[in-house]
Formats: sequence, C-alpha cells, structure tokens
Amino acid sequence: MNHFKLSLRMLHRDWRAGELNVLLLALIIAVSGIATVGFFADRVESALARESNQLLGADLLVISSQPLPEQYADEAQRLGLSVSSLTKLASMISNGDSNLLTEIKSVTEGYPLRGRVHLANQSAQASATQAEIREADGIPQLGAIWVDEKAMTRLDLKVGDVVDVGVTQLTVTELVVREPDHSVGFINMGPRAMINAADLEKTGLIQEGSRVAYQLLIAGEPHAVQQFRDWAKPQLTKAQRMEGIRDARPEIKAALERSEKFLSLAALASVVLAAAAIALAVRRFTQRHLDGCAVMRSLGASQRQLFYLYVYYFVALGVIASSIGCLLGFAAQQILTHWLTGLVETELPWPNWLPAVQGLLVGMVLLLGFALPPVLNLRSVPALRVLRRDIGLSNAHSIAGYLLGLAALSLLFIWKAQDLKLGLYIVMGFIAAIAIFGGLGWLLIRLLSSLRHQAGGAWRYGLASIRRRAVSSVLQAVALGLGLMALLVLTLIQDDLIDDWHTSLPPDAPNHFLVNIQADQLQPLQEFFQQHALEPPQMHPMVRGRLIKINGKEVSAEDYADDLHAERHIRREFNLTWADELGSDNQVVQGAWWENGTQKAELSIEEGIAKTIRVKLGDELTYDIAGSHFSAKITSMRKIDWDTFRVNFFVVVPPGLLENYPASYITSFYVPPTEIHRVHELVKAFPNILVVDVATVINQVQQMIQQVSQAIEFVFVFTLLAGFAVLYAAIAATQDERIYEAAIFRALGARREQLSRAWAAEFVILGGLSGLFASAGASALGYVIGKHVLHLNYTFNPWIWAVGVSIGVAGVLIAGLLGTRSALSSPPLLTLRKIG
Amino acid sequence: MSDNRINQPILWTQALTKQVNTGDQQLTILQDIELQVNPGEAVAIIGASGSGKSTLLGLLAGLDLPTSGKVHLDTVDIFSLDEDSRAALRGRVLGFVFQSFQLLPALTAIENVMLPLELAATGNAETTARRLLERVGLGQRLHHYPKQLSGGEQQRVAIARAFATDPKLLLADEPTGNLDSATGVQIIDLMFELNREHGTTLVLVTHDEALSRRCARQIRLADGRLVR
Repeated sequence: MNHFKLSLRMLHRDWRAGELNVLLLALIIAVSGIATVGFFADRVESALARESNQLLGADLLVISSQPLPEQYADEAQRLGLSVSSLTKLASMISNGDSNLLTEIKSVTEGYPLRGRVHLANQSAQASATQAEIREADGIPQLGAIWVDEKAMTRLDLKVGDVVDVGVTQLTVTELVVREPDHSVGFINMGPRAMINAADLEKTGLIQEGSRVAYQLLIAGEPHAVQQFRDWAKPQLTKAQRMEGIRDARPEIKAALERSEKFLSLAALASVVLAAAAIALAVRRFTQRHLDGCAVMRSLGASQRQLFYLYVYYFVALGVIASSIGCLLGFAAQQILTHWLTGLVETELPWPNWLPAVQGLLVGMVLLLGFALPPVLNLRSVPALRVLRRDIGLSNAHSIAGYLLGLAALSLLFIWKAQDLKLGLYIVMGFIAAIAIFGGLGWLLIRLLSSLRHQAGGAWRYGLASIRRRAVSSVLQAVALGLGLMALLVLTLIQDDLIDDWHTSLPPDAPNHFLVNIQADQLQPLQEFFQQHALEPPQMHPMVRGRLIKINGKEVSAEDYADDLHAERHIRREFNLTWADELGSDNQVVQGAWWENGTQKAELSIEEGIAKTIRVKLGDELTYDIAGSHFSAKITSMRKIDWDTFRVNFFVVVPPGLLENYPASYITSFYVPPTEIHRVHELVKAFPNILVVDVATVINQVQQMIQQVSQAIEFVFVFTLLAGFAVLYAAIAATQDERIYEAAIFRALGARREQLSRAWAAEFVILGGLSGLFASAGASALGYVIGKHVLHLNYTFNPWIWAVGVSIGVAGVLIAGLLGTRSALSSPPLLTLRKIG
Repeated sequence: MSDNRINQPILWTQALTKQVNTGDQQLTILQDIELQVNPGEAVAIIGASGSGKSTLLGLLAGLDLPTSGKVHLDTVDIFSLDEDSRAALRGRVLGFVFQSFQLLPALTAIENVMLPLELAATGNAETTARRLLERVGLGQRLHHYPKQLSGGEQQRVAIARAFATDPKLLLADEPTGNLDSATGVQIIDLMFELNREHGTTLVLVTHDEALSRRCARQIRLADGRLVR
C-alpha cells in the first residue's frame, strides 16, 4: 500500500476536521517565534555591528608598523570589499614660533569607510551648537590640513593659516570636531591633524626608524569581511594585526555579546514553550486517535503499517506547519522592522536565509521529538478497544516518549544557543526543573487531595478531579510551570540586563577625561569646577613605569615575540595608581584586596593583562619608574567592568608606596552638552592638561543600549504568544474529558455554577502549583544564567513569587473558564451521544 | 480454495477459557468453550448481559488472548501467530459490525469503506467502496462524515465496510444495540441480504431472542459456559 498517500489523506482529513488545531497552533507559534527572533536579531545584529563599526571607521582594520604589502588590499577588493588606507605618525606642527607635538593622520580617498568626519566653523569653539557642525564631504585636498580643536587652541590657529609640517607647508582649511576612529582606544590623547596621503611624502616625516602605524581599512558585506579575516589571519606577520570593533572596544564588545546572548535566550525560551505546548497537545491527539488505530488494527493493519502511517503523517505535518511558521515569522519581522523604523539609524540590512532553515529544523525536531514518540505508541493500542472502550495505552510508553523529545530538545538548545555553556545550563536547568516539578507535583497533588475531606464543596470536587487526572494534572502543572518559568527568567534577566546597562552607563556617565594633571593643579582645578557649578571629579594619581622584571628575572619585548599584544604592553609604560579602596566597577576574582593602612609591597592586577603578560598571584613585578626600581607582589587579581567609562587601571598598589615618585593625575567627568564651552575654558586655563572627549563613544553605546532594549522588549512579545499557546494546549488537553464530565454532572442535576465553581477550584490549584514551580525555577535559573553566562549582578527578587503565583492562578483560571464555557453550555444529552 | 477446505469448519474452538484476576480472586468469564461454525452458516450467540458474549467474540476475532484453549480461524491456529500476523489474518478473513459502529470520525462514508481495502493494498478501492455504498442505499451520501449521518446510516456504512474485503466470516456484535427497533429491523434485513449475496458465514452476538431466531443456529451462553 502506498502509506505515504494514505498518510497525506489522513492528514488532510484531520486538518479539515480541526483535529490538529492545538498542535498546529503550538508549532506555528513556536516556529514563527523562532524565525521572527532569528530574522530580526540577525538584522539588528548586523545593523548594530555596522553602526558600532562607525566608531572604527571601518568593519575591519589591518594594522602594521611597516607599510602593508599590496596583497591585503588586492584580496579585499577581489572579495568585493571597499578599502582605504591610513598612515599615523607623531610629529611637530609649527605656527611661527609655537610648536606642538601632534598626531598626524594621512588618509586616502574613501576614508572613513564607516561613519563620518564632522567639521565645524571656527566660531563653533565659542558656542559649539550642533547646527554649525557638518559632515565632511571627502578628505583634505592636496596642500590642506584639517586640525582638531586642541591644535587650533594651542597653536592659536584660524582657518586659512599656514603651518609647517615637516619640510612642507600646509594650509589649515577645516576644524575637525569628530572623526570615527578618534575614540577607539585612549592611547592617542594629544592634538590631532589630518592630511591627504599624497602630501605625506612631501613632509619628509617618514624616516628610517620613525614610529609609524599603517592601517588598511576594510568594509563591506559581513560574510565577505569574515572571508577576508579567515584569509588574512595566517598571512599576518609579527608586525601586523587585525582589529574589528570587538577587538578595539571592550565595552562595546561586552554590550554586543550580551545582547546577542540574550536574544538567543529569548528564542530558546520560545522553543521551551513550544515543546511544552506540543507535549500537551500530543496527549489529546493520541487520545483522539486511539479509536481509529484500534479500528485499523481490527481491520487488519499491522504495527509496521501504522508506524509508517504516522511517521509520514508527522513529517508532512512538520514540513507544512514549519513552513507556515517561517513565512509568518518573516512577515512578522518585516512588520516589526517597519514599525520600528528609526530603531537603528542605518537601513537594516536584508536578513539572510539561515533563520528560516533554523525555524524549519526547530519545528521538525520539536514535532518529531515531542509528538512522534508518544504517537508511535498508538501502533500498540490493543485492537480489543473496538469492543471495550476502557482499554487504552499505558502511561509508561508516553513517559519514555518524552525522554526522547527531551534529548532532541537538549541537542537543539546546545546548537541554537551557539554557546555550549549557555546551552548546557539551560538544558540542565530544564531537566532538573522537570524532574523536581514532576516529583513535587505528584507529592503535592497527593497531599492536597488527602485534605479534600476537610475542604468545602467546590474545592472538594476540584481536588478530586486533580487527583483523578493525576498524570494529566502533573503534566499540565509541569508544562505550565516550565512555560511560566521561561517567561519569568526572561523578564528577570531582561530587567537586570537593561538596568545593568543603564546603571553602568547612566545619562551622566563621564564623557570627558582629563589627563596629565599636575599635583599643584589639583586645588585650582577643584576650584574651577566649583566656580562653574560642576561636580568636582575624583582625581586618580598616575605614575608611569616600565615593567622590567618578573620574579627578579629581567623581561624584554623579545620574550613576547610570539604575542604582539603582550609585546606592546612590555614596550610601553604601564600606568600605576594607588588606592585604599576597591573601585565599585572592580571585582576581586583571585586573592584578596589589601587591608587599610598596609605597609606591604602589594599590587593588584587586572586579570586580562595578567594573562597577557603571563603572571599569576604571588609573582613579584618590578617596574622602572623614572630610573628607580619599584617592586611589589601580586596579591589580588581584578575583573574590571569596562562598560562604565570610568577611569580604571591595570595595576593598583596600596597608598604610601608610590607617593615619592613623580605622579600626574587623571580624572573623568560629565559635562552636559549645553555646558561644553566650559571644557574650552578649562583647556585655556590649564594648557598642559589633555582633554579627551569620549562623548561620541558614549552616545553610540547609549543609543545601542536603547535600541537593543527595545528589540528585546519586542522579541519578548513573541515569547509571550508562545506562552499563550501552552496555556491553550493545557486547557484543550483535558477538554474532551471535561465535556463528558460536564454532561454527566448536568444529567445528574448539577447547576452550571456548581460545576464551574468546581472547575475554577481545579484551575486555581493547577495555576497555583505551576506558578510556584515557575517562581522557584526562575529564581534559580535566572541566578545561574545571570551570574555565569551574562555576567550580571543578579539580584534575587522576592516579588517573583507573588508575581509567578498570581500570573499562574489568573492565567490558568481565566483561560480555563473561557476554554470550558462551551462544555458548560452544550446540552448534556447531545454531549453524551457524541462521546458514546 | 481447495475442496477439502470447503468441508472443514471455518471457525472452531477447543476448550477456550478466559479468566481474569480481580485483586486476589480469579474470575472465570469463559469456561471450556467448544464451538464449531461451518462455511455459509449463520450462528447466533445469545445470552444475558455479563454472560461473556463479547469476550467470546473478542477471542474468536483474535482481538484478545485466552487463558487457555485454541481458536482455529480458516484452518489457522490464531494464537500461534503474533499480533501482527493475527491482524493480517483478520484483514483477509474477517469482517466486523460493531454495536457502536466504530467509524473513523475524520473520514467520509466512502473513505471509511475504502480503509480496509487500502490497508490490504487492494486495487480500485474506490470503485468497490462506491458500489457497496450504493448497495446499502447510501449512493447519495458518499462524502458525508459520520456525524452528518443518522445512526442507521452510520451502521449501513459499517456494514458496507465489513463486506468491502469480501470476508469469509462476518462477526456482528449487537449490531442493532444503538438503533431504534424499526431501523434495527432494516439493518438486520440488509445484513442478511448481503450475507447471502456474498456467501459469507455469520456469527452474530445478541441478547435479542427475536433477532437470534433469524439465524439457522443459536448458541446460548450462561455464566461463561455454553448451554445447548
């Protein structure tokens, strides 16, 4: 027999007869949820990545201390990427007798590939209103030099002045307010100037031994950029390295990665919800197909025939439902994107097809993992059921079936989370939750029903019903509990994530750094802040020292020849500071912070840099500070929250050790945009102090956080919808039984309200149990995920219990009463006839 | 079919016994049933409610397993077969008419009749089903669902389905139990007509004495034993 054809016919008939409604709804919501999240996250992610790349001026940089060979640019162009190059060096610029050490950047056509250079009229210095700032249209022309405000101020320049750069002269034509790569890294804090690459040779500044950084800027399709990355990686020499935005800015990297993880978490939550809905819906499906299978068995169908019948049936159902889900997901995502126009400034890139494949696969795994195993048990239904309707399937079969589904779901999670740790945490969390919820549910139901003789009318019947449907009830409570738990975890983490971002980067986060403050300027500077009604910032001392020995053994850059990053750190001077208290954005991860007033030579080091220069707790580091040696033992390692934009140091020592060395001070503070002219006054009053403006970076990150927060909230709507599917499936699962029960009760003279009160009691108990499970599970899982995966300061929220239980009770009660309305209103005889 | 088979009974049982455990007590539902049905015969099994009629029918069809004893169906010892082989044998040899019709609610009348033919991979299932439904007077209702048909019409569909595979033996379990008496008479008339036309052997289980008298032979069951 052509099983496939018969399966399709059966599927068609069941579909038409509405037998598949619950299963279909659960599957379609799940797949469309996953696809929507997938499509949307994909688009937002690439848009965010592209926007943050504006800070870098490109999607990717190849950086070298030697001129870069042509092959890099050639390969990038071959891959269809845009390229531009840039050369950076430090040199004197002179205006008459005044000289200033300036960072000169020579650029080629096309610079910057991402973001814009912003220029201003000279008068902008005084008022700095936004209106006078405009975007540059191209790069400096031949013979022209664009300078920043610091150079303008210190060399007392105005547009049209001619300056000496090396052996040539260039005319100042523009004032640069902002340039994309300025804010990347705080290394370059001095005045800056930009010239055309064609003028660079004329300056004669590039000599043997001069310190020059050559950069190749690359931008284009993410896929091509990745291809280039893969190709270039093995080609890089020691002197060359690649940098994307993630390599360059730890705070952006952290924010991006967290939001990506969160979005995939939201998608996973809808998978859990769908699994719960399908597990519930399939129970009803098998109940409804028992008779049919028994008839087919009595008509001569073999187990093998039924096996293939249902395999084909479910494969076809999965493909159809998942395809509908994917299409709906795509449409929903289009609407969402349209609705959120302005969410991201740049046009959202077109999504790729991967989320559709994922949606399809997820749908199939869910259906085949959760629905097929219990359905396949149908083949062993005793044919005797045609004569005796009380004969059914044993529950042991369905439990084994769910185990298979669980295994399938676990694999799906680990794959979908794209993070083994996150995937495993969720899988283990859910397995533990199912086991604990199931066991507890069973016990609680037994316990509660033993109390039923003390309970009043409606409660007694409610408890009796729950007890009678014990397996169904436990399954419903577990599924509803899991669904609610997923929603609660998501809400908890979402709030924490957004709060954490907002607290680490509040609207008044420091947007300016002051560097090179001298000890005798501390007092006048404080006064300056007070005079202008600005909050005086906290000053951090800073002593510069070169690391020369580790545990008494001399170190040199050559020891780190295999690691460019480490080599750079060894060549450069470290900034050391002293402090008696641990910064609020610092956390000791190894060892212990010193006691107040310690006289010991201790130091605390940031864990990342410790790893880079290969030192551990207990090692003794020796620094050369202005010719004298300073040694201290590492007694603690710190983790720094780079999201905060506060002043932070890799190396900190207790007070009293470094005070005799030459120190300068550094601070960061917030200046509202309206008060920006104070910064210019400060520059004039304290000409030696370097002012670093990080407002651009802060704005970008804040904007990104805003966008991601919105995206997260919208994605949550889909998870919520999937939650409703679970609720629907849970109520529908016992619908047939309930209709029959109602008919008997009513035939025996029960009034509608008596019956609905008994059911309400049942729903309240069921909802309360699932709310309880969900709150307990969400608190535990939220803690684990928040702490170990998203690295948040997770706070236990006692309200979660009240919220969880209330939502559970209200949700199940409302859905239950709405869902059973028809059972109450249909005439008993009609129902009894239909069922009999 | 070979000649010597014609003279052999289509169905015979040997010391067929069924007991069930109810807690620590053993309850005997059927005790040493010896029964023989010859080809072309119409046999009624009658007895009061609880006398074991339906259990006997389930055992005769191989839907249930006995505690001891044998059932030979079309010369095959059915309990020497596994469940799947018994199903295949049923598909080949048996037709069923149930008290509660047992139509699949998701299938139309014609699809219900086609089902056993499709399961047995018989060609032109649709033609056969259509012809049979016309024969039982439902030519106009081929594409109706069970719930759109009256009880009598549903039982007609069930009878058409029972004859679809041209079975050698038709087992009917209280076929009029869910019908009013006028409809019941029509259904029984139809069943006997088809039985004659197809030369099928009939075993009819009923508690209705009048109905049982329409069969050539009556076997009475009381407390799980045959009463001659």
